[in-house]
Amino acid sequence: MADERTIVAIGTRKGLWLATSEDNRARWQLTGPHNPMTAVYAVAVDPRRARPRLLVGTTSEHFGPTVVTSDDLGRTWREPDQPPLAFPEDTGAALGRVWQLTPGPACEPEVVYAGVEPSALFRSEDGGLTYELVRGLWEHEHRPDWGAGYGGQAIHTVLPHPTRPESITVAMSTGGVYRSEDRGASWHAANRGIQAGFLPERYPEFGQCVHKVARHPDRPERFFLQNHGGVYRSEDDAASWQSIAEGLPSDFGFTVVVHPHQPDTVYTFPLIADENRFAPEGRCRVYRSEDAGRSWQALQRGLPEAGFYSTVLRDAMCTDDAETAGLYFGSRSGEVYASRDEGQSWQVIAKHLPDVLCVRAATV
Amino acid sequence: MLVVLLLPGVLRPHAGGNAKLEVEVGEPATVGALLDVVAARYPLLERRLRDERRVLRRYVNVYVGGEECRQLNGADTALTEGAEVQVIPSVAGG
Repeated sequence: MADERTIVAIGTRKGLWLATSEDNRARWQLTGPHNPMTAVYAVAVDPRRARPRLLVGTTSEHFGPTVVTSDDLGRTWREPDQPPLAFPEDTGAALGRVWQLTPGPACEPEVVYAGVEPSALFRSEDGGLTYELVRGLWEHEHRPDWGAGYGGQAIHTVLPHPTRPESITVAMSTGGVYRSEDRGASWHAANRGIQAGFLPERYPEFGQCVHKVARHPDRPERFFLQNHGGVYRSEDDAASWQSIAEGLPSDFGFTVVVHPHQPDTVYTFPLIADENRFAPEGRCRVYRSEDAGRSWQALQRGLPEAGFYSTVLRDAMCTDDAETAGLYFGSRSGEVYASRDEGQSWQVIAKHLPDVLCVRAATV
Repeated sequence: MLVVLLLPGVLRPHAGGNAKLEVEVGEPATVGALLDVVAARYPLLERRLRDERRVLRRYVNVYVGGEECRQLNGADTALTEGAEVQVIPSVAGG
C-alpha cells in the first residue's frame, strides 16, 4: 500500500491533540494542545470537502461552549462572530456542551449535525460553521420526561442515513433512541427491546440510558447499540432490538464501533458493570465480533495485560477509513492506542494526556 | 457615559489584544448595558462572559467598585461615569 497520511483527532478534558502518520500508521507525530483548557467532547473530520475540515466542540469551564473549525488540519482555527450554535431566545435554554458533531450524508455536503446538552439536535447548512435548532425534536412531547445521567442530559449520537437525507437517528442519555423520517420535522421513540434497568418498568417506550449507537453505511437498516446494561443489534431499521451480549464478559460499557468496510464486524470495550466500572480482571481488551454479535473475540496483543483500571468513554473509540482499517481508542488515563491491522495488534500513540473524551480518525 | 472594562490576559485575544476597553454606555448605564455594547463590538468576548440568555457565566466574576456584581444588583448594577469594571475568572477546574 502506498503511504498515506492518517490523522487522529484526540479530544481530551483539557484540549485537542492531533496525531498524524505519514507511513501507513507505523509512526505518529503528536501536536497539541489545540484549544487548550477546553473540554473537547465532540470532534469530527469532514472528508467531503476538497480540504478536510476539522470540527471541534469545546467547553471552557469558565467561558462556556462553542464550535471551532480548521481547514488546514489544525494549523489555524476559526470561530465566527455570530454564535456558531445557540438556543433561540424563545426556548429559554442555554447551550451546556456540544456532545456530537456528525457530517451529513454525501448528497448533502454542507450539512452537519450537532447533538448537544441539554438534549437537542442542531443542523448546519454551511459546513458546520453555524447551526439552527431542529425544532421538531425540541418540541417533542416526551422532552419534559427525558432525564439526566451522570454525564448530563445530552444527545450524544447522531446517525444520518447515508443515502436518504430525510432519515435521521439520534440517541440520548437518558431518553434512548429517536428517529425522524421527514428531515427532523417529527420524531418517534425507537427503543423496543432495550432495557432500562434503573426504572420500575423494564422496557419503557423511552427513558433508556443508551450509551452509543453505530451503523454501517452499506447496511443502514442495521444498528449496533451499547446500552447502560445491554448490548443490542437491530436488523429492522431500529424498529426492534435484540441482545447480542452473549459471549462478552459483561453487557456494560460505553462505546460501540462498526468496521468501516465490513458490516458484520463490530467492536466494544466492556466494563464489569454499572456499579463497578473497570475493565474485567484489570485487563485492557477490545472485543470484536465478525458475525454481527453472534460471537465475540478478545483483542489484546500490545494492550496492558494487567493493572488497567481506566475506562473508554462513549466516543473514545473509532476506526479510520483506510483499506486495511485502523482502530483507535483513548482512555480516561490519557493513553491512546492504535491498531493498523483491524484490532489484531496495538501500539501506544499518545500517553500522559488528560482524560480522553473522544477520538476520530481519517485518511487525509 | 464612558466606563472602563478591564480584562484578564486569557480574554484579551477576543478584544483585539486590549487589556482595557473604554466603552460608551447609554443611560441607564448598568453592567448588562455595558455587556450589550461589548457584544456588538467584540461578540466572541461577550459570549465568553454571558450565555445566549445574557446570563453571566457561572465562573465569570464581574467586579464594580471592588464588589462582585452578583452581590450588588447583578446585571442591573448601576455604573457611574468613569467606573472601572473588572472581569476576573473565578477559581474552577482541575
